[in-house]
Amino acid sequence: MSDSMLFLIVLTPFIGAGLIVVTGNRPNLRETVSVATGLLLLAEVASLVPDVLAGETPGLLLAIPVPGVPLALQVEPLGLLFALIASSLWIVTTIYAIGYMRGHHEIHQTRFYAFFAIAIGATMGIALAQNLFTLFLFYELLTISTYPLVTHAGTPEARRGGRVYLGVLMGTSIGFLLLAVIWTWQLTGTTGFKAGGILAGQASPLVIGILYGLFAFGIGKAALMPFHRWLPAAMVAPTPVSALLHAVAVVKAGVFAILKVTVYIFGIDLVGGSTASTALLWVAALTIIGASLVALYQDNLKRRLAYSTISQLSYVVLGAVLANAASISGAAVHIATHAVGKITLFFCAGAILVATHKTRVSELDGLGRQMPLTMGAFLIASLSIAGLPPTGGLWGKWYLALGALEAGYGILVGVLMLSTLLNIAYLLPIPLRAFFGQSPKTAVQFSEAPLPCLVAIGITTAACVTLFFFPGPVYQLASMLIP
Amino acid sequence: MNVAGLYNYWIVILLMMTGFYVVISSGNLVKKIIGLNLFQASVFILYISMGKVMNGAVPILREDVTTYSNPLPHVLILTAIVVGVATTALGLALVVRIREAYGSVEEDDIHRQDESL
Amino acid sequence: MISAQLPALQVVVPLLAAPLCLILHRPFAAWLLTFVVSGISLLVSIALLGQILEQGVIDYTFGGWAAPFGIAYHIDFANAYVLLIVTAISTVVSIFAKRSVASEIEAHSQGLFYTAWLLCLTGLLGITITGDAFNLFVFLEISSLSSYVLIAMGNDRKALTAAYQYLIMGTIGATFILIGIGLLYMLTGTLNMLDMAQRLIAVADSRTARTGFAFLTVGLGLKIALFPLHLWLPNAYAYAPSAVSAFLAATATKVAVYVLLRFMFSVFGIDFALGAMPLSTMLVVLGSVAVLSASTVAIFQHNLKRMLAYSSIAQIGYLVLGVSLATPAGLTATLLHLFNHALMKGALFLALGCIAWRLGSVRLGDLGGLGYRMPWTMGVFVIGGLSLIGLPLTAGFISKWYLVLAAVERGWWPVVLVIIAGSLLAMIYVWRVIETAYLGKTKEAVSGTEAPLSMLVPAWLLAIANLYFGMHTELSAGIASQAAMVLFGGQP
Repeated sequence: MSDSMLFLIVLTPFIGAGLIVVTGNRPNLRETVSVATGLLLLAEVASLVPDVLAGETPGLLLAIPVPGVPLALQVEPLGLLFALIASSLWIVTTIYAIGYMRGHHEIHQTRFYAFFAIAIGATMGIALAQNLFTLFLFYELLTISTYPLVTHAGTPEARRGGRVYLGVLMGTSIGFLLLAVIWTWQLTGTTGFKAGGILAGQASPLVIGILYGLFAFGIGKAALMPFHRWLPAAMVAPTPVSALLHAVAVVKAGVFAILKVTVYIFGIDLVGGSTASTALLWVAALTIIGASLVALYQDNLKRRLAYSTISQLSYVVLGAVLANAASISGAAVHIATHAVGKITLFFCAGAILVATHKTRVSELDGLGRQMPLTMGAFLIASLSIAGLPPTGGLWGKWYLALGALEAGYGILVGVLMLSTLLNIAYLLPIPLRAFFGQSPKTAVQFSEAPLPCLVAIGITTAACVTLFFFPGPVYQLASMLIP
Repeated sequence: MNVAGLYNYWIVILLMMTGFYVVISSGNLVKKIIGLNLFQASVFILYISMGKVMNGAVPILREDVTTYSNPLPHVLILTAIVVGVATTALGLALVVRIREAYGSVEEDDIHRQDESL
Repeated sequence: MISAQLPALQVVVPLLAAPLCLILHRPFAAWLLTFVVSGISLLVSIALLGQILEQGVIDYTFGGWAAPFGIAYHIDFANAYVLLIVTAISTVVSIFAKRSVASEIEAHSQGLFYTAWLLCLTGLLGITITGDAFNLFVFLEISSLSSYVLIAMGNDRKALTAAYQYLIMGTIGATFILIGIGLLYMLTGTLNMLDMAQRLIAVADSRTARTGFAFLTVGLGLKIALFPLHLWLPNAYAYAPSAVSAFLAATATKVAVYVLLRFMFSVFGIDFALGAMPLSTMLVVLGSVAVLSASTVAIFQHNLKRMLAYSSIAQIGYLVLGVSLATPAGLTATLLHLFNHALMKGALFLALGCIAWRLGSVRLGDLGGLGYRMPWTMGVFVIGGLSLIGLPLTAGFISKWYLVLAAVERGWWPVVLVIIAGSLLAMIYVWRVIETAYLGKTKEAVSGTEAPLSMLVPAWLLAIANLYFGMHTELSAGIASQAAMVLFGGQP
């Protein structure tokens, strides 16, 4: 039963996309379909939870395009966690999008919802991939299905952004990732994810090092510097896209893939302590600090958030590369907590845009008194990103720091602390300016964003706080990764 | 090596290079076809001369003859000549059409007209 | 009874249909005949492949004259596979041709057009099926002469100069091949290729053998459009009628590649072709340069047919790279790409044919907003384009997979990089078109929507084939690897 459920999970969003196109002329019905698909998807994903908690890993073979390289799905704790996050946040985002797209009078809304659904389908495929080939397939599908979303506006600026987006993501994936996949297959004769890894003892340390580098940079969605330019470029997209895809689904697909490759292809024993991993540690640390510094100087709110995302993604990469039980669980928990935090921030940015048409941080003075709910949510989510109580963001950082200490990298704890300070420096001034800044004299009175937007913001903000008090379920799945 | 004894091959090479040179160097489309013909003719001679068997007679069955020339290359080259004629005809037909369209059979002239479009 | 005569029917049916087509003359009748004959040829080639799967090889002698005296057809996995490609493409494209040709060629010459089409098909099938070297030359000239005619029928006057240029280059190539065959005949005294191969073993280490090999390779290089002998190709494909571009791009160079493989592996043998002669090194260099330079040039083309033509030259580079690896895996990749590339280029050229039918132009600048006015046509282009880039679930990915794998296996990392760089360049030139079609500004003057169904259906057939063979490779990769085994001298 749960075997065929895997197929259903991947299929549901695609069917949803079809229905959305069919019902495209009737916006209310179309959006109902969208939300219903989301609810169904979440129910399907949730139905897998008991099996996985019981230690089972149901799998399903779909096709064998190349002999020995099957297209297959299999659920394991990390994938389930990712699928749960993406599918539940999809519902929230759809609710938000209803308010945003109508409030902002966007064009081509049917196309928007349809490709959104396809992108979620691809995300599910990534989460449930049983092997590297399947992962690669859905990875590329995700890139392509999000391209129309990024270039949604159709303006020259959107075209430019789309080019960078596609160029970097597809360039790295074809240039490095595909090569790494084929090389792995050539070395081991399999691409399957297996507990403990498949590469151990199959190649020299040098080859392992090069391969790991190819994977880390080839998965461009993880936005490791210097392949991070696509993420700020993608900010030309409508805000719901930036919120779900470029703070959660797409970027998390990237770091998720890196985690998965680390745990199930290389095995943590192989990664920990290798020269390549040490080098990558510093790349990740540099990305954390570098992107935060750049974020400080961004006046465009969404771009600031994008650079923040780049920085936060490298936390997960750091966790993967440290390769011990604590750091891996920390990375997995961070995927969840950062997802709810960052999506809230984007929701708020979008709400501000819809209500006031303002996109710059410097224009927000005094806005807090007119949009208290939005700015209040922004404050809480900022705390979560910085990793301060009472928000869930604390836990990810906590375990990552533990992992760093365990691996003997005390200095990385310093990096994490410095990053927290920088997070505070570039995020907190925004709500502070909004609440305590002087609004311009001629300011028009603004009201809050449309109700669906506020509902969505409320849900994700509540999730940020809830994760502080009840991180248990997330941690339980995360800790199952390394037995 | 008997250089003079291989004179037929020297002719082949001479004809081939002459034809090839005409094809490459001439800007006149008709002359190019003529060069192509020369080029092909050299190959015909190559085939015809390989059919010759030392002291061989005409390949018609007779009582007092034991060595015959090989008739097969001659037959082959008959086919090749037909192909060559067809190619020439098609080439010339194209030249006629090109002249109708461009009013010229000089390569430079045609290029200039196409670029000015 | 009839099953024993299939090899002859494969060639004779289109050959006899050609004059009949000339007599019929009326456009519709000529088209119908072409379509039916292509369909019959396809069925014959499928039946032949079925026989091959059962019994391995088929030897067919004409008029009961046993080889090496009579002309014999020798069919194994390698040429049965190529026959299938040629007939399938001809059938699909001939459906498309009806409306496309009607709009591009005057009614009174359409009968002649289809006559030339059938002759071209005859020639391509004959080249592939025959086991006789001279016979091969004759069929080569039949297909070449008819393809010059087909190209010259394009409605731009540049088509004439393109056809003329192709005629000159093609004839030089064919004459080189003739010289090569002549030298081999001098050396071995036989024209039957199997016989030739056996007799060559004893005399391979002679200057004549090497000269003959060189002439054959250069001559075929011209026919294949191997860099730097490719100069005839871009104009020929760009100005030919749309249906002809699709047909020739998907078949003509493929058949020439097959002939090269046949001579390299079956006649001369791999040790001679890639061992004694420095061909492997030459092919790897030329193939790499072809991939990189032609893909780069493609990026700067405004005429999309020309862009695809340069892309074809790049793809030929891939084929050659696979051969240069000199391993069964490399050869499998080449043969597989032969098939897959026919599918993707066929689909892409058909999509351009639809666009040309509607807009009367295939210039990039005229395509703005076309994604919304011709969604089905652009759908084909997108699928074909993704396949060309080599994204998973498309046939192109399977080709890339095998090719990269073969190169990794051999440890030829520079080749791996070239293949990947080629993919990335393909991404740029394909995406230029997609971006313009979906995000570009619509020109106000143009009106109208989709192409007619008789053009869309064949285009979609090929697009779906791209997806199908991206998922199911039993047929394509299975036969390709068997064919590679045959060429390598092993038994399947």
